[in-house]
Amino acid sequence: MGEIKLTDVKKSYGAVDVLKDINLHINDGEFVVFVGPSGCGKSTLLRTIAGLEKVTGGEIEIDGKRVNEVTAADRGLAMVFQSYALYPHMSVRQNLAFGLENSNMPKPEIAERIQEAARMLEIEPYLERRPGQLSGGQRQRVAIGRAIVRRPTAFLLDEPLSNLDAELRVSTRAELAALHARIGSTMIYVTHDQVEAMTLAHRIVVMRAGRIEQVGTPLELYNTPANRFVAGFIGAPHMNFLSGEVQEVETGSVTLVIGGGHRLTVPLADHKLRGHKLKAGEKLTVGIRPQHITLENNPGSLPVKVRLVEALGSETVIHADLNGEKLLAVVQGQKQIVPGDEVHFSLAGAPLHLFDQNGLRVKGA
Amino acid sequence: MGAAARFILRRKGGKGWHWTDIVTWVWLTGGLIIMFGPAVWLGFSSFKTPAALAEFPPSILPYVTSQATVEGYDKPLQLFNAKMPDGSTRVLAEVRRIGIMSQMVDPKAPGEIVRININDRQPVRTLSFATSNYTEPFVHFDFLRYLWNSVFVTVTATLITLVVNSMAAFALSKYEFRGRSAAMLIILATLMVPLSVIMVPLYSIISSLGLFNSLWGVILPTVATPTGVFILRQYMLTIPDELIDAARMDKASEWQIYWRIVLPLTAPALAVLAIFSVVWRWNDFLWPLIVLSRRELYTLQVGLSIYSGELNVQWHFILAMTVVTMIPVVLVFIFLQRFITTGIAGTGLK
Repeated sequence: MGEIKLTDVKKSYGAVDVLKDINLHINDGEFVVFVGPSGCGKSTLLRTIAGLEKVTGGEIEIDGKRVNEVTAADRGLAMVFQSYALYPHMSVRQNLAFGLENSNMPKPEIAERIQEAARMLEIEPYLERRPGQLSGGQRQRVAIGRAIVRRPTAFLLDEPLSNLDAELRVSTRAELAALHARIGSTMIYVTHDQVEAMTLAHRIVVMRAGRIEQVGTPLELYNTPANRFVAGFIGAPHMNFLSGEVQEVETGSVTLVIGGGHRLTVPLADHKLRGHKLKAGEKLTVGIRPQHITLENNPGSLPVKVRLVEALGSETVIHADLNGEKLLAVVQGQKQIVPGDEVHFSLAGAPLHLFDQNGLRVKGA
Repeated sequence: MGAAARFILRRKGGKGWHWTDIVTWVWLTGGLIIMFGPAVWLGFSSFKTPAALAEFPPSILPYVTSQATVEGYDKPLQLFNAKMPDGSTRVLAEVRRIGIMSQMVDPKAPGEIVRININDRQPVRTLSFATSNYTEPFVHFDFLRYLWNSVFVTVTATLITLVVNSMAAFALSKYEFRGRSAAMLIILATLMVPLSVIMVPLYSIISSLGLFNSLWGVILPTVATPTGVFILRQYMLTIPDELIDAARMDKASEWQIYWRIVLPLTAPALAVLAIFSVVWRWNDFLWPLIVLSRRELYTLQVGLSIYSGELNVQWHFILAMTVVTMIPVVLVFIFLQRFITTGIAGTGLK
């Protein structure tokens, strides 16, 4: 069991509010990723769930029981820290045993659990070594092992891959996903890397400045971001934003004028914008993912000036300029384009996202 | 030439001498003499006889003037290399000295008295180590009893110091509470209060606790040291808080966090403090002198003062016993010095 429910959770350090009214329901066995820029409060939220920080308001429930007053030790959770926080003066075996010894578990059972976790994580050969004699990847496994032996109701992972090199990060990410599939416990994972979030999560919680911006599956967030922030945060390279003005509202679509007098028609299922109808003259922001832009010169395509070309082999990233607004396109294959060229970006068929002046998504877009 | 010699002898000026080379050599050589001179002098002088100690000008090495028993004289006579008027040199024994003239005899032919100007004779001296300086105090002086008292005071005080100071340091470095910095500041401020200021109140406290004339009276007032708290706290601040969080998640009690996580990781700083504490307690003189008035409770340092306290000052014993009292301190340094270096270099704990 590992159901965690947060109701109006608040946390402040003096006058600084770090968490503002967090409401979240995490189901048993779910892999939830908290993602957001640094300083958004995601680590603090994790630490309040762990019991390492006391909340200033609201309620935390684990499996239906209020745990606000329960200490970190007794919440039955295990945590993997960013720095791994292995005890440097103890061997790997002692590191794994420490938590179990503290809960007065009989020695044979401790040995058994360590053996099992060591086998699962393939750290058996290093059990007698000290953390200082292990590589980054091995330390990371030990840190996860220390959580596994506890058989916690939920795992809390605080940026566990950030100290690994890029290659190891990819393989460990896959192992972590496999581990979750095998153990089936609830996992809460904090990261600032949206790729990790997209690949691992059942549900992603996007946070900014102490608030939850959106909760949803990776594809929900990608396809229908609730606001400009989420739209810009999820997806790499991030979404292009063009400012425009409503020229005409029709049934099923809205026509905007964007920089340079270009007209852009956005299909719209429901042209109501947070309660009120879209009107001509309203300022909106259009979002286009770089991957949806094609290099075609057809009616309605945008003439842009190329600033920088990043040839990645399989795809080409083009940094371009449209009347002073930056526009990024990722096109498949290799293109003979150099900075200074004038090319046409076609948005035909691209899903377009509309955001109002407060950055909120226009419903139906 | 070995690598060590090359390292020591290398110069900025390459083959020539840059002025900084000269300054460096003068400075370092001077420093070496100032630092090591007294220790070397002490070491050698502890083997001198009282007569050799009183000699002027003093010598570094322990020389003994050779003596010979000459027929017709009751006491042994001192031997000199005397320059004869004809320019030859003979070994003569001095019978007596009158003014600037010395009356001497040839030990082989004691009948004839030779008069020599005292400037024309040099004493015959041989290197001799008066080991009795060391052996005699063990017999006459209650050395072993004083040694035991000193060891007891030093070891007990050091252990208590480490425990008490590390607890204070743990609280001051790992717990957030109102007035934490103020508490630290007050502790550090006590560094400015010298013993002589608090001696009288401390004495009355010790006396009213009934610890007068007890080794515990020497130990207890010294165990809480601001320096120790400061050293340990600064070191503990470098221990990542995530380790403590991890221990909390691992169901460790606060005592276990202190005892099993923080204390082992503070070992380098504890070693430094242990060295300091051993040296302080071993060398303590004034406070034990005040608290202890019964001879059998004396520590070594107080016991040593007996030699100068009675009718005359027996420097040869004092010097020898000073060397003996230095040995434990030197040993502590030799065995714990690697902790001092790791203590300085190892703050980059990952």
